[in-house]
Formats: sequence, C-alpha cells, structure tokens
Amino acid sequence: MGESVIGAWIAAFLTLGILTFLYKDNVIYKISEAIFIGVSAGYWFITLFWDNLYRKFWVVGIEGGQWELWGGIILGVMMLCRLSRKIGWIARWPMSFIIGAVAGLYMMLYFTSNAMVQIRSTISNLTESVNVGDPYYIIGNIVVAAGTFSGLVYFYFSKEHKGVFGATAKVGIWFIMVTFGAAFGYTVMSRMSLLIGRIDFLLSDWLKLIS
Amino acid sequence: MLTNQDHSFSKSHPCHIIVIILSFVFSGFGASAQAEDTATVATYSSDISPAVDLPPITLLAVDTDNDNGGSITISWDDAGYSELPQFRGYEILRRSIQANAPVLVGTAPHGSSSLVDKSVSDDTTYVYYVAATVGEERFVSDSSSHVQSTWQIYNTTLTPLLIALIIVGGSVIFFIETAKRGRKLFLRKIAGLEAVNEAVGRATEMGRPILFVAGIADIDDVQTIAGLTILGRLGRTIAEYDTKITMPTRTSLVMTAGRETLREAYMAAGRPDAYSDDMVFYVSDEQFGFAAAVDGILVRDKPAACFYLGTFHAESLIMAETGNLIGAIQIAGTAQPAQLPFFVAACDYTLIGEELFAASAYLSEEPRQLGSLKGQDVGKAVAMMLILAGVLIMTLASMWELDTMNQLQQLMRDLFSLN
Repeated sequence: MGESVIGAWIAAFLTLGILTFLYKDNVIYKISEAIFIGVSAGYWFITLFWDNLYRKFWVVGIEGGQWELWGGIILGVMMLCRLSRKIGWIARWPMSFIIGAVAGLYMMLYFTSNAMVQIRSTISNLTESVNVGDPYYIIGNIVVAAGTFSGLVYFYFSKEHKGVFGATAKVGIWFIMVTFGAAFGYTVMSRMSLLIGRIDFLLSDWLKLIS
Repeated sequence: MLTNQDHSFSKSHPCHIIVIILSFVFSGFGASAQAEDTATVATYSSDISPAVDLPPITLLAVDTDNDNGGSITISWDDAGYSELPQFRGYEILRRSIQANAPVLVGTAPHGSSSLVDKSVSDDTTYVYYVAATVGEERFVSDSSSHVQSTWQIYNTTLTPLLIALIIVGGSVIFFIETAKRGRKLFLRKIAGLEAVNEAVGRATEMGRPILFVAGIADIDDVQTIAGLTILGRLGRTIAEYDTKITMPTRTSLVMTAGRETLREAYMAAGRPDAYSDDMVFYVSDEQFGFAAAVDGILVRDKPAACFYLGTFHAESLIMAETGNLIGAIQIAGTAQPAQLPFFVAACDYTLIGEELFAASAYLSEEPRQLGSLKGQDVGKAVAMMLILAGVLIMTLASMWELDTMNQLQQLMRDLFSLN
C-alpha cells in the first residue's frame, strides 16, 4: 500500500469526520478537530521557527551581520519578558511600538484608497457613457454617485437619522444591503465549488468511482 | 557625424525644499539607480548618418518630477521621420559626459514621443539622443542639454492628500480638545452597541460564558485593533458582572494584546483578582484549524453571547452559523465586505464597516476616541460635499458650454487627477 493510498484514506477519514458535525458534535468530529488543530499548530510552529528564528535571526542577523534586523530581535526578546511576572511590563513596549507603527502606516494607505480614490472614482459626468446616450451607462453612473453619497450619509455619526437626512441614510442602507445580497450569492457559489472539490476527492481519489 | 552640443549644466527642475510635518510626502530615498557601466546595451559609434532631407529631431531631457531620483524623462518632436514609409521606430541613446560613445537605453514605437529612463544614476550627468530608424538608416538628433536625476523632497501630486489630512487631522485635534474641556459631543446611537450590555447581562443570568473572537488577522490589522478596543470596554462590564469570558486567538501577538487589554479592563473595574491569563489563549495559525476550534468551543461550552469583532474571511459563516445553532446572542463587526453578508444573515447585530471603528468611541465615551470620530465625520462631510459638487460640475459642464463651468471642471480634474 503506497503512501498516496494511506494519505487518501487519512484525508477521507478526516473529511468525513469533519462533515459529521452537520449531524451533531460527536467523538469522530472531536478526533478530526484535535488532529487538525494539533497538526496545524505544530506546522506553524516549525514554519515560524525556521523562517524567523533560524533564517532571519540566526542566518541573516547573526551570521550575515545585518544588524538592522536587531531592532526586530530586541522587540521579540522584550515580548518574551511576559513570561516573567516581575518584568512582564517590558512586553508592553514592543506591543505599543507595533500598534503605533501600524496605525501610522495604515493611515496613509487607508486615506488614499478608502477616501481619495473613492471620491475620485465617484465624481463623473452622469450623462457620460462609452456608447453615446447608452441608458445603462447613465443609470450606472447615477447608481454609483447616489449609492456612495447616501452610504456616506448612513455612516455619518454626528447627526441623528431623522427627516431628509434619515431618509437619505435609509437609501444608503438599502444600497448596502442590496450589495450584500449580491455578495452573499456570489460567495455561496464559490463555497459550493469548495464542497464539490471535497466530494470529487472522495469519489475519485479515494473511492475511485469516477475518473 | 554625431554632434554633441554639450551645453553648460542647467537644472530645469530643482528640488522643492519645503519643510513638512508629515513624512508621507517623502518619495523615498533608498532606491539606487543602475550604474550605466553595468547596462548591457549596444554601443553606437559616432558615424551614424545625419538627417538630410528633414530637420533633426529636437528633444528635451529633464529630471522626472516627483520621484525618488534615478529617472530622467526624454521627450522629442519627430520632425516628420515617422511619416516616412520605412520608418521602424525610435532608439533612445544616452551618454554620460565622461564617456565617449552613447549607449542604447530604450526603443519607442511609431507615435510615441517620450520615454522615461529609469536606469540612470543620481550622481552622473548625461546627454541624450533620439534616433529615428528608417529602413537600415538612423537619423540621430543633436544632443540634449546636460541632465542629472535628483529626488524631490516634496511630491506635488500628493498635495490634495496633504490638504485632506490637514482638514481631518486638524478636526480630530480640535474635537479632542473640545471633548477634554468637558463639552458634550453628540453621537447617534448604533443599534449593535446598544445590545452589548444586554448580551453580557444575558450571559450573566444564564451562568454561561461569553465568547470573544478578535478576527483572524494579526495585530498589524486596524480591524483587530478596533476589536481589541471594544474588548477593553466590554471586559470592564464583564468584570463588573463577574461573567466568564473565553477568547481564542489565531496569532500569538493578538493573544498577548488580548491579555493586556482584559487585564487592564479588570483592573479598571476594580476586579484584578478575577482576571486570569487562561481567558485568552492561542489555538492555531491555520485559518480553518482555528475555525474548527472555535466551533468546538461553541458546541461544548455553549456561550450565551458571542462577539466576532475584527477581520474575518471564509470562516465567518462557519462560526456565526454554529453560534446561531446553539442559540447564542451574537454581535459581529467587520470591515470585510465579502463577510458582512454572512454576519448580517447569522448574527443578531452587525457593525457594518466603519461602525466597528465608531463602536469603541461610542462605548468608551473617552475624549480622544470621541474627538477622533467627530473629526472623521468632518472628513466625511467634506467628501460628501466634494462628491455632490464634483458630480454637478462635471455633468453641468458637459451640458452647458460655459467658461466658468469649464474652469470648475478643470479644477476638479486637477484636484483629483480625473481624465
């Protein structure tokens, strides 16, 4: 019995074991879950160990003499101070550094992509279309402009949603919900393809019922 | 003969030395240009035939604007060579002033009139030539003026962004100071947040734990930070009610941050003794391994309330549907557009997009967070006005050929780099 056959049997057992959760929580699901979590945690431990501690820290940082990596190494060591009650407070410094640096870096990224590009993409001549006078393009332009504007009104927190403002916000949430509906259908279809993939595995790779 | 009109060095684009407070306008300083000597290009001798019937191609070589150096833009006026029947294209040649012969740095097809040379070194001065290839002959232009690439300290294309940041940043500071002075800042109610205390109360009454998942992203994701901020306020209520909380995490850094957040919350509630590191624990970095573990916790511990606040991907429905199955009251919040529909379908309350970020400010009522939210609202108001004005101007300008409208339209194009 080759390795691939053993692998297929284990994979089939785990696939069916996870699927038994559809009925209810049971011992086979618990075994599959424990194997999955244990293997994945072990896999990631080894991956992170070799990628970070060995390759980046030891090979590049120590042996390669790239001292700029020592900033990260020092922060990492400070994080380990959490293991001690006495000096555990030191671990707050690298956490503060990471959160602060990330907030600063993302400020630019989000401001550009979520604000400026969105505004730029929305501002258009409503009557403009690729084919002159094509009503579908004109309707599309109006939907984009109205949807973005009313969506922004919905996410405006400084004013109560009442009167005209409230009505516009309601239009905004309708736009959002219609978008969600479309996204829901699209994503469900992609999930179905994953299910089909597992069934295909069971029938072809494991049971050899289809080729 | 190839003639070199080596003019005295003149920089047409000097550095814009502007003292700025925000580092975003820096274009970067680290990129180093390729040395010319290493370029593997054909070397041209100086016996290339000059144009006979047509005037020579005129060209202009200048340092590329708003970049971090290492780039020169060459533009040329064709003078009619591209109309010749055997015209094949342009060859752009470059010679450093220390070298004798020019080297080929690029080619350009029919109809083109410019090329950006990104293989230059900032510390070298160059001259350029453009050769029109007609059949087997090359008609080479006179040399360009001396040119040298430099980096610009201020990127002028980012000026609208700077203005917007000043408006929003200034508003945030203003409102924070206003809130610190004790002035009440109004924020509308957010439905999902009203249910937070209800959910904690329900868990307390039922004697069951609360499950909190701060998403599957690491601490470098702003949604994770937003989720942890809400956890801080939620943790205080949980500590006051003496309810149990379970928080599985996908990454070690989120686990550490989660523990810090909860520890602070329990201390703020005057219950440091009730806090335990076991409340927050690492599961697995594997996305679906983590999802399987959360599902197991849901069906075995049967939490009365579940909070999913952060970045989620395909596991969102797996968790939310299982939570729904056990009858837990569920509050979710994410800015992942693809996952929001699932949360909306399976949870009792969903914080949509920015509501997640607004939630912590609303719950904490802290001046800094409230001020930030109010400042962002100013940004949104400006965005709404710009969109409204922009759409009206662009539409009306196309309908009425008025000078004022056209000028306003051009202003909008310049401001937002519109076509």
